[in-house]
Amino acid sequence: MSSAVRAGTGARPSDRSGRRPVLRPGRRLSRRGRQRLAADAGLLVLAAAFVVPLLWLVFASLNAEANLKVRPPTDPTLDNFSAVLTDEITFTPMWNSLLICGGATLLTVLCASLAAYPLSRFRSRFSRPYLLTILFSTCLPITAVMVPVYALFVQINLVDTMHGTAFFLATSQLPFAVWLMKNFMDGVPVVLEEAAWTDGANWWQSLLRVIVPLMGPGMTVVTIYSFIMMWGNFFVPFMLLLSPEKLPAAVSIFTFFGNYGAVAFGELAAFSMLYSAPVLVLYILISRRLGGGFTLGGGVKG
Amino acid sequence: MSTVKVTAPPERREAPGSERARRRANGGRYWRWLPVAPATALMLLFLAGPIGYCAYLAFTDMQLTGQATSSFVGLENFRRAFQDSDFLNAVVLTLVFTLLSSIVGQNTLGLLLAGLMQRASKAVRSVTGAVVICAWVVPEIVAGFLLYTFFHKEGTLNSILDWLHLPSQNWLYTLPILAVSFANIWRGTAFSMLIYSAALSEIPTEVSESAQVDGANGIKRIWYITLPMIRRSIGTNLMLNTLQTLSVFGLIWAMTRGGPGNRSTTLPVFMYDQAFNKALIGYGTAVALLLLVVGALFSLVYLRLMREEV
Repeated sequence: MSSAVRAGTGARPSDRSGRRPVLRPGRRLSRRGRQRLAADAGLLVLAAAFVVPLLWLVFASLNAEANLKVRPPTDPTLDNFSAVLTDEITFTPMWNSLLICGGATLLTVLCASLAAYPLSRFRSRFSRPYLLTILFSTCLPITAVMVPVYALFVQINLVDTMHGTAFFLATSQLPFAVWLMKNFMDGVPVVLEEAAWTDGANWWQSLLRVIVPLMGPGMTVVTIYSFIMMWGNFFVPFMLLLSPEKLPAAVSIFTFFGNYGAVAFGELAAFSMLYSAPVLVLYILISRRLGGGFTLGGGVKG
Repeated sequence: MSTVKVTAPPERREAPGSERARRRANGGRYWRWLPVAPATALMLLFLAGPIGYCAYLAFTDMQLTGQATSSFVGLENFRRAFQDSDFLNAVVLTLVFTLLSSIVGQNTLGLLLAGLMQRASKAVRSVTGAVVICAWVVPEIVAGFLLYTFFHKEGTLNSILDWLHLPSQNWLYTLPILAVSFANIWRGTAFSMLIYSAALSEIPTEVSESAQVDGANGIKRIWYITLPMIRRSIGTNLMLNTLQTLSVFGLIWAMTRGGPGNRSTTLPVFMYDQAFNKALIGYGTAVALLLLVVGALFSLVYLRLMREEV
């Protein structure tokens, strides 16, 4: 951007035709150009290194005789997908994932938005320590508490239940969700709420009628982010669920390395694609949202 | 809004009417904090509870094999850990894994990517961003399998090396910790890249340009201008990466299961192995507690970095 500005000043001021002033090819500009070429080349090399494992996924899923190497299929086929799309292999684990992660996400978002409201709006000597504790627990390695969580769940009979797993997943995501939601809520101007209060709304009404609609983009981000994190979580369901019919896709994927010796790599790749697709789509959705949508300026006049 | 008396103290900006409305709207002084209750209850039950239980279990000899009672053994588990060569091996491997993949790998590569992206053309920038972020969004276990095939003896890396006429290796056997570290770099770099891209775009171009006018070359500009200006982001990123890397389990489990032998057994894998395969819940929990304490120390440093934002 700055190169255009600097080059623009080099152009003659008399150059006032309708076209943009022609850039004089000075030394500096060509150096910029060289820099850009070098940066492009460097990035492409890095991107190539990152893309190779992903290419394996795509190629192997379309190849009936897939092995461990990246190789474009000579005879692309959807056989792997049709072999995988059965109740036992795909639909039950995906449904389990959806139940566990969907339920946990709902719980997280509900609790987080409720908690974020007072934390964002009222002052108390407890709110700062509370927020610091929340921020502290966002960083704790959840992996480390899984052994005691398992022991605890055995004691209170929650092991191998889907709701127990959902409760724990929800809680593990909750500190970050509260933190994010509080920050998003800080961005909603209090003036709007005060107007609602003056009109006689109570806090519940102002939350539901004023904050939630304005928080739309923020809540979407928290919801989708929590869901992506839970969908990809392997360790929690791996520890807390035992029965094969309750396993979510994250854990059932190990059945491809089953007791039958050879691994069906094509089917593994096809299943991985199906399992990864929802989070990829959801990520694309929020990354668009993150771009715009966060301007609440239109809601406040003068 | 214009009912503020002239005699009111200047820091009081709100009109009294609005204050009254606020109090009426919010119910009592304490009732208005009620919405925090569900989240707090969940976190006390399922987060603080297990952490407390962890601190208790670590001092007992609880086992998984259905023995009726477990007794208090004091520091026995910890004494045992520090004499256990497998535990010390896991500590060293965790340090190597964290240093290599998080502090050196993800951090540097993320900064490099962000720096290059600032200078690159738009098309290349978005393609690279998409690929790197895709590696990040893919579920952990899928990433594990992808890199398993990549580093496998008959996998892609070796066929690339063959094609370049370089000696191939059985990566997952000879250098498993290197393979899983690279896997973690592959998976985690996007986060650093996003943080650094945001940080770099906030540096005003004037600063860098005036340094250029004063005759600073590229390396000097990076060292004296860019890095000091993004130092807060560097701190945040290092902390979060390290904490994330300390708790990596699925990636290693999918690639090597901690093997061959125990040559890629980091602390989380060791903890799992002791608690479930060897049925020593008490001992596994002691290891978990140590991991938790290390994580807590890093979190405290992170809190200090973030202090101004609460």
